[in-house]
This record gives sequence, structure tokens and C-alpha cells, in this order.
Amino acid sequence: MKPKAAILAAALVALGACNTFQNALGGEGADGAHFVSLFWVFVAVCAVMYAAIVGSFLLGLWRARRPRAPLTVDEGKHQEEPAIAGRLLAAWAILIAVGLTILTVASFFTDRSNAKSGEHPQLLVNVTGNQWWWDVQYSSGDVSKSFRTANELHLPVGVPVEVKLQSNDVIHSFWVPNLAGKQDLIPGRVTDIQLLARKTGLFRGQCAEFCGVQHAHMALDVTVESLENFRKWVTLQQRAAFAPQSPVELAGYRFFTARNCSACHAITGSPASATIGPDLTHFASRQSIAAGTLPMSAANVQAWIADPQRQKPGSNMPKVGLTPDELRALTAFMERLK
Amino acid sequence: MKPPGKQKGDGKGKVPRQRSPRDGPQLTGGELDRRLAAAWALPPGFIGWLSSVDHKDIGRRYIITALAFLALAGALAMIMRLQLARPGNDLVSAQRYDEIFTMHGTTMMFLFGVPVMQGMQIYLTPLMIGTRAMAFPRLTAFSYWMYLGGGALLWVAFVLNIAPDVGWFAYPPLSGPQYGVGKRVDIWAQMITFTEVAGLAVAVTLTATVLKQRAPGMTLARMPLFVWSTLVTSLMVIFALPSVALASSLLLSDRLVGTHFYNPAERGDALLWQHLFWFFGHPEVYIIFLPATGFVSEIVATFSRRSVFAYPIVVLSLAGTGILAFGLWVHHMFATGLPRVGYSFFTGASMAVSVPTGLQLYCWIATIWVGRVRMQVPMLYVVAFVITFVIGGLSGVMIAAVPLDLQLHDTYFIVAHFHYVLIGGAVFPLLGAITYWFPKVTGRMMSDTLGKLSFWMIFLGFQLAFFPMHIAGLMGMPRRVYTYPGGMGLEIPNLLSSVGGGVVALAILLFLLNLIVSLRSGAAAGPNPWGAPTLEWATPSPPPRYNFAHLPVVASLTPLWDSPDRLLVAQGLRVDERELLLTSVIDAVPDIREPSAEPSPWPFIAAAATSVAFIASIFSPWGLLFGTIPAAIALIAWFWPKTPPRVEEPVIT
Amino acid sequence: MTAPPIFEQDLSDLPTHAFSHRSLTWWGVVGFMVIEGTAFGLVAAAYFFLMSHEAEWAPRPWIPPNLVAGTLFTLLILLSEIPNTMIKRAAEAYDLGAVRGLLPLIVAIGFVLLVIRGFEFNSLNVMWYDNAYGSIIWALLLLHTTHIGTDWADSVVLWLLMRTAHGESPRRMVDTDENSLYWRFVWLAWIPIYLLIYWVPRLFR
Repeated sequence: MKPKAAILAAALVALGACNTFQNALGGEGADGAHFVSLFWVFVAVCAVMYAAIVGSFLLGLWRARRPRAPLTVDEGKHQEEPAIAGRLLAAWAILIAVGLTILTVASFFTDRSNAKSGEHPQLLVNVTGNQWWWDVQYSSGDVSKSFRTANELHLPVGVPVEVKLQSNDVIHSFWVPNLAGKQDLIPGRVTDIQLLARKTGLFRGQCAEFCGVQHAHMALDVTVESLENFRKWVTLQQRAAFAPQSPVELAGYRFFTARNCSACHAITGSPASATIGPDLTHFASRQSIAAGTLPMSAANVQAWIADPQRQKPGSNMPKVGLTPDELRALTAFMERLK
Repeated sequence: MKPPGKQKGDGKGKVPRQRSPRDGPQLTGGELDRRLAAAWALPPGFIGWLSSVDHKDIGRRYIITALAFLALAGALAMIMRLQLARPGNDLVSAQRYDEIFTMHGTTMMFLFGVPVMQGMQIYLTPLMIGTRAMAFPRLTAFSYWMYLGGGALLWVAFVLNIAPDVGWFAYPPLSGPQYGVGKRVDIWAQMITFTEVAGLAVAVTLTATVLKQRAPGMTLARMPLFVWSTLVTSLMVIFALPSVALASSLLLSDRLVGTHFYNPAERGDALLWQHLFWFFGHPEVYIIFLPATGFVSEIVATFSRRSVFAYPIVVLSLAGTGILAFGLWVHHMFATGLPRVGYSFFTGASMAVSVPTGLQLYCWIATIWVGRVRMQVPMLYVVAFVITFVIGGLSGVMIAAVPLDLQLHDTYFIVAHFHYVLIGGAVFPLLGAITYWFPKVTGRMMSDTLGKLSFWMIFLGFQLAFFPMHIAGLMGMPRRVYTYPGGMGLEIPNLLSSVGGGVVALAILLFLLNLIVSLRSGAAAGPNPWGAPTLEWATPSPPPRYNFAHLPVVASLTPLWDSPDRLLVAQGLRVDERELLLTSVIDAVPDIREPSAEPSPWPFIAAAATSVAFIASIFSPWGLLFGTIPAAIALIAWFWPKTPPRVEEPVIT
Repeated sequence: MTAPPIFEQDLSDLPTHAFSHRSLTWWGVVGFMVIEGTAFGLVAAAYFFLMSHEAEWAPRPWIPPNLVAGTLFTLLILLSEIPNTMIKRAAEAYDLGAVRGLLPLIVAIGFVLLVIRGFEFNSLNVMWYDNAYGSIIWALLLLHTTHIGTDWADSVVLWLLMRTAHGESPRRMVDTDENSLYWRFVWLAWIPIYLLIYWVPRLFR
């Protein structure tokens, strides 16, 4: 049975490896890489321990079916204990202590290097958790250069980044497994996590603390890119929103600013400036809709606006009740918010 | 008034004139059984059934009720596994899923895990230490009705669609007044109060029973290891449960009367909850696990036909685990951003707790090496326990390390870990223990064929259900999600888990079926079918209401092996009244003949009145105040001595 | 076990009750004292946890509780140990007359304490719904009040019981003894709570 289990495990690992974007064994961040090394150290030591315990147990069972010199009640020796067993007990205790010491020391040094990898951050991002989306703010000394996005994080590769974490409602947990471990967002506190991405790529993070009915749909798309591409992205994000041009886009824009949408959402350069829901200035440039609920596409934008409660039941975005024309116009406008 | 305090020892050489009949050579056998049966009889009818204070009735009720909750919570687990069998499934809604996983965890921890272990302890402890009853029989009865009331509250709420939906850990502010609207969380928090009252009452009773009622000669060093585990877990309950009771009371008052303990906007702190909850929550795991190690010790000894190797080491391991368990709670909070310095301490403590468990494992293995092993169903469960639990223990060592925990915390890796610990470490031994003691409780053996079939299904099904969860967790699957997207490599692990879950569910049903079938048609067991060494096997199966005709006297750890033909006993307890023997705490020297409580409906009435007060308090704080009055009346009636006053007989005349 | 047993000991000579740790109910009382003591300890821990977030305690603009009622309560509850010890000794000497005579005094003291406690709630200078400081202060006082109330009710019942024929049973003396033991726990627990409610908010301003 055991070899089968091993093959099964290997097969599962191989299958699981298909996922490269939300994977604790990815190791694309500094802390993430530390995790991977430490994880395999622990797996190795624990495997030895397991083999020792279960091996001696099964061997003992096999042997005890026809014992050579048993000490049982049948011999009247059920209280007797061979001296060798006592010495082996001492040896076993030492073995456990040594194994645990190795692991504790390894853990301690990994923790220290985790602490070091976050030193001297060169970029600060403020992330605020909300039921059920991430508010992301890139702050700059120059207010006009600060900008806001949602459910999407861009990081320059090789640059230490500090992410300050706050929550507007309940406890959430920030977790991008490929880059680092998790950090809770706790109302009334400011916590932080240091990220140092070592490889470019698209990754996915997800809220890891149960935060209510749509905890499952609170993802965060993370793009790690070259410094050059990152700067391009920042420039793009700092711009005001796309100005509607065609009549249908204009109709959508008017609808957005005049009706319910602007009660919660903001679009820079328009009168809509509410901060209850995600900032939508460059909505269409993002990879997904509603914190990873749907991939970004015209059809999905339309489906989402038409009935958010169908896509993400319990979400704070209500079904507005649009006519097909209104929906088409609004989608046409939203699609252009690159 | 007479000073009746100083008679002990004065009676030497005198012939006591006994006004009431006592057991002894002059009164033994059938006549004694008849008289004891009359003194220990239950009143007839339904009222009599409600009035029972017999630890065997109460223990059995606890176990059966807990198994019913296991079945219910297991059914919920199957709904979750069906929902998660494929990505984007919509079998249940998000809201319903949250209720289901909350109910599953809450039921398993509060209505199955602790109560089933306490039920086993209530049933077995008096028999194993050779006494007639629990220390506080009515308190034990009361505790059962409170437990039943708490369970009913939670499950009636589920049926009425007002079940809690914030997880078994109920972190504020999600569970606080602002986000946990409605009565769902109040019901959860009050259910905690019910089960904590019950659990604490049982713990005090068990502690007093173990310390004061052991058979003459059963020194602490001759106590069966299961009784040691009972003592350690009862003490742990006494220190751990007040923490969750306090936490949930503060939560209720935040929700109902507007206090701000957990409200950061008014100088409160949401993390206060987490400290209080995990100060209870981590020991809780050991409160479930240590009794299971007691089962394993008893089963290993009996089926290896020798005492467990290095008894003092096993006892020290139990005590050491019990103490260390209180120093680990912060490892549930590594991701909250507490100062890093403190983490190292909790990492060290979390790792250290595996030392006593490792030593216990060694002792069992050494026992097997020098014993002669019979591979019967209880022993098979011990094998499953070792193979499974050690995986859970070692993955526990992994998550004690802060850098590993920060990744694995709140993922399916943790779900895998604690199911390996709790099912592998507690449920497997429990199923073995039920198979082992079933003949004692019912007088019949469980079916071996059905037993082996369900064993293999549950053992293999378990691995299939829970091993892939390690992978799912590493692949980034967080806990408590009602669905997950496709294309993340999560499809196959989840499907395997669902299939394995189905196998486990079938196996549990088969096990329950075996219980019912064997109860009707199992082979007759006799007093000691396994050739076991401890006192519970010295009395008929099922045991009479008074447990032992004559109180056994113990001269070793394994009395039935050391005097196999003729039991050593003591004589001289009254047989016309319920009377039991108190002995000294360390050496179990006979000290006092103690009257034991008669059956009474008042514990039930008191529990009903208390339940009304608790449930009313969810709706108005005045409910608690006014509900206290009938509860207090019931308690006074319960404690009021019976009329006419018991005849105190002078021993010396 | 069909063979007749070997009678090894005779228990007929044993007494049917004793005081202190030889009594079974003593273990029950101690068990519940430990549980309640743990609860008090945890409330105190929560108190310090909340306090650790504050620069000042009591946080301004709230002012610490007025001392009069609480201090009066403390003096009276400390003095109550004198009749409490007397009744405990009377019980251990099987002096039913003294027990019957002293129990009304104990009940009366308990009643006066409950009345003063009412004034204490009125002198806290903060309501439980004001902030977490108020919440924890009220929790401490309320938790202790439930103990005063429970023990008072217990004493009333014991008083009534001892006036009946039941009082003549020596086992009731054990009950009286253990009631006094529990009262010691109640006033001992009060001392740190008194400091937490009345003095810590003064000293950390």
C-alpha cells in the first residue's frame, strides 16, 4: 500500500505543478524561495522520522506474531521490561531532540533571512481589505502621481516592496503564495508585509482568512514585471481615465455618472469619486472582474453588470436593473477604461 | 451532640454491631445481588429514565448522542465534498456552504469530539477504578442534559435556517454586532456556554472520582493508563474551558448589550478574541487526543498480553503534553503580525510538544516488540492510528515553524493536518475502543467480519480523502471557500478527496450498522472476552447497576492477570443504601463510607430551566436574570437532602 | 471470576464523613473554585491586554471610579472572615447551636454586601457601552457580583436547611464547613479585582 501511496503522491504533485501562478512551491519571491527550501528540509527530516517510527512499529507487529522470547502474561512476565529497551528509549528521546533542534534552528534562520529580505523597501503600496475586494494605492510624495487601483498589484522584479495592510471591515489575510507567506489585515491595526519578487510573471493571490460569504471570490492578480514595464504601467495608471468618444460610449458614461454607479465607484477625471467600491479608472486594463470572480472580457463585463448577485452572490454590488440598451452602452464605455 | 468524627482506628478488636446489612462472606452471591439491585434500582417508567444518575446510563447516552452528531456532521462533510468535487460547482449556495462548514466544525469539536471522549470516561472510569458510581452522579446527569440542550439549540437553528455562518472559530468583527447580523452568532456563542457548562461539570466529577474513589490499593502508580489520561484531560478541561466560555460571553455582551471588548473603534481589540479562543482551542485538541492515547494504551496492553512498556514515562508524557498544550496557542496566530521575537518561543514550545508524544509512541512500539500480538479489530485500529496520526504529528511539526506556517496557515494543508491528527489520532482509537469495550457495555461481541470490512474502508478511504488535501493546500487552495476556479490544478486532488470522503462515510455507516446488528445478535461475550487485565472486566457484561458486588482490592497494575482465579475484594459496605468507598488520594487507603445520590428528576429539570434561561438571554439580557430563578429553585430541590434524613449509624456502640 | 472472592479487607469500621480533603464534596468545591479562579485570571489578563493599548488608563476623558463604596465593600468583606471563621470552627466542632446562631449573621452580611455592591456599580464613572475600558471594568464587577449572589443564596438555603431536622446530621456540618471555604475564595478573589477596578485606573493616569 505504501509504494502506491507514494506513486499517488508523486502523481498528485506532478498534476498540481500545472498551476504556476498560485503555488506555495513556486518560490518566485525571496520569502517564497526560503519557504520552498525549508519545506523540503522539513519533509526530508520528517520522512526519516516517519520511516523510523512506522518501520519499527510494523516490524514489531510482524515479529510479535511469533515472538522468540516474549514477556507476556502467559509466561508470567507481563511486568518485565528488557534493559535494552530502556536504553533504546533514551536513544530515541535524544534522536527526537536532535531532529527537533535541527528543524528549530533551520526555522529560526529562515525566519531571520525572511526578515532581512524585506529591509530597505524602495516602493510602498497600501492595500486595504474590503468585503470582498482589495483596494490598492500606490502613494507618492507628489499627490498627483499617487493612484489607486483594485484587485491588482504590479511589482517591479528585484525591488523590495513594502505593502502596508489595513482592513475596512473584518479580518482578511493577504497571501500571494508564489512570493511570500501570508499576513492578516486586522481592523484597528496596520500590519505590513515585505515582498521581493525574483522572477517576472503573472501570479494570483487570495484572501486566506474567512471573511464572509464571498471569501472564495477575493483574489488579487499580481504582475511581476521588469522595472521598465512597471514604470510604463505606473504612467498609464497615473493618467486620467479614457474620455468617451462614440455616442454609445457617451451614453454609457452619462449613465455611469448620473445613475447608481457613481454612488460607490470613482473614475479619475469624471465627477464619479466615491470610494465605497473599487476605483474603476483603468478598469479594463485589469485581468479580472470583481476580485478574480471572472476573467476580463466584454462578455463578462456585461454579465457582471447585468447581475452581480448571480456571479458573486452576497456581493455588495447590487443588481441595478438595466435595460438591454443601457447595459450595452455601459459595457461599451467600461471596456474602454484601459 | 455526638462527635462522630474520630472513630477510625478505634474499632480495632471490637465487634461492630451492624444495624444495617453489609456485604461480606455472610452476604454474597445471589442474595447480595438482589439486595444491591434493589438499592441501586432505577425508578420505573419514563420519569425513572429521566432520573437516572447511573454513570453507565449517562455515559451511554453521551456516546450515542455524540455518535448521532458525528453522523450529522459527517453528512454535512459529504455535502461539502460534493460541492467541492468540481470547480465552480453550485450544488449549495455560498451562504449555505458557510453555514455547513461552521456546523461541521462546531459539531465535531463541541458536540462530538469532547463529549464522546467524556462519555467514554464517564462510562469506563468508575468500572476501571472499582467503584459503584461517579463522585457527583446528579451533576453528571445534569451535564448530559445541558450538552443535549446545547446540541439541540444548534441543530434546531440549522433546521430553522438561522444556523451560525462564521466558522467554528467565529472571529470578530465578522462575528460581531456589525457584520454578524441576526441571531446566528448568538446561537453559536450560547451553544458554547451549554457545552462548556457540561464539559466543566464532567471534568470536576471525573477528577474527584479518580482521586477519591479508587479501589483500595489502587495507588496512583497502579492506575490504568486510560484513567491517567482521564485525570490529565479533566484537569486540562478545568483550565482551558473557562477561556472559551469567557470569550463567548464577551462576544455575546458585545452583540447584545453593546460592550466593546472586540471593537477596535472603541478601544477594544479583535485579537483579544483570538488569544482567548486559542488559549482554549489548542488544549482542546489534546483534550480530544489524550483520551485516545488512553484507549491505545489499554488496547495495546491487552492485545500484546503484557503491560505497556515504561509506565512512568507514559504517565509523564501525558502530564507533559497536558502542560505544554497551554503554551502553544500563539501558533494559531503567526499571521496576525505579533512581534517576531515571541514567535520563536511558541515555535520551540510547539515542537517540544512532540517529544512526549514521541515517547508514548516508543512505549507502545516497545510493548509490541516484547509482547505476543493478536491482530483483532481493536488492534487494527491501533495500527491505523500509528500510520495515520504520525503523519499528522509530523505535519504539525512543519507548521510549528513560522516560515512554513505563514504559507500553510488557513490552507487545505491545515485541513489535511488536523484531520490526520483528529481522525487518525482520536477517531481511529475511538472506533477501536468502541469495538474493545462494546462487549462490556452490551454483553455481546461486535461482528468481526463487518468490523474488518468497515476498518479497511475507513482506513483506506481516509487516506484517499485527506492526503490530497496537502497538495491542494500547497497549490494555493485556502480553507473555507465554497468553490474554486478551474485550471489551478485543484480538480484532481478535490475529486479524490470527495471520492475518499464517500468511502469514509460508507465505512462509518457500516460501523454504526455493526453496532446495531451486534447489539441484537452478537455472540455472548462473558465478563472478560479479551483476557484483559483491568477491573472493568472483573464484573459481568453488561455490568450491574452497582458495578461490583464486592468492591475489588488491587495489589498491582494488572489485577486480573495477577490474581486470575479469585478476585481480591473488600467487605462491609451497606447494601440497603447506596454507599461507596472513598480512599486516600495517593495510596488509595480506605477512608470513608460515602452515601451516593439516589436517582432524581431534578438534574433534568434544572438543566431544562437553565436552558430556558440561556436561550432567553439570546433575545433579551433580562432573560438570563429572570431565567435564573427557576434554575435556582431546581438546584435547591436537587441538593436538598432526602426526607427523612438518612440514618447515620454509629459504627461503634 | 466464578470462584468465590477472597475477602481481604473490612470497611465496616470506616466513618461516614470527614472534613477538608477527605470529603468528596470538598473536591467538588475546590474544582469549581479553580474553574472560577481561572476565569477571574483570564478576565484580568484581558484587562491588561486592553490596557496595554492605552497611553493612559483610565483613558481620558473618563475618570477612575469613586473609592467610597468599593472601599467600604472591601472592609466589610474582609471583616466577614471573622464570623466566617467562627462558623467554620463551630461546624468542625459539631456545635449545631453556634452554627444555627451564626448563619443568620452571615446571611445578613451577604445582604449588606449586595446592597453596597449596587452603589459600587453607580460609582464606576463609566458605562459598559462607553468603551472597552468601561466594558472590562463592568465585566470584573459583574463577574464578582455573581459569586457574591451565588454564595449568598447558598448561605440562605444552608440556613434554612440547618433549621430543619437535617441540621442534626453531621454531614451537614461538612456542608457548612465547605460553604465557609467557598466564602474565603470569594473574598480572596475580590482583593485583586478591587485593585484592578479602583486603583490601577488611578495609578496609570
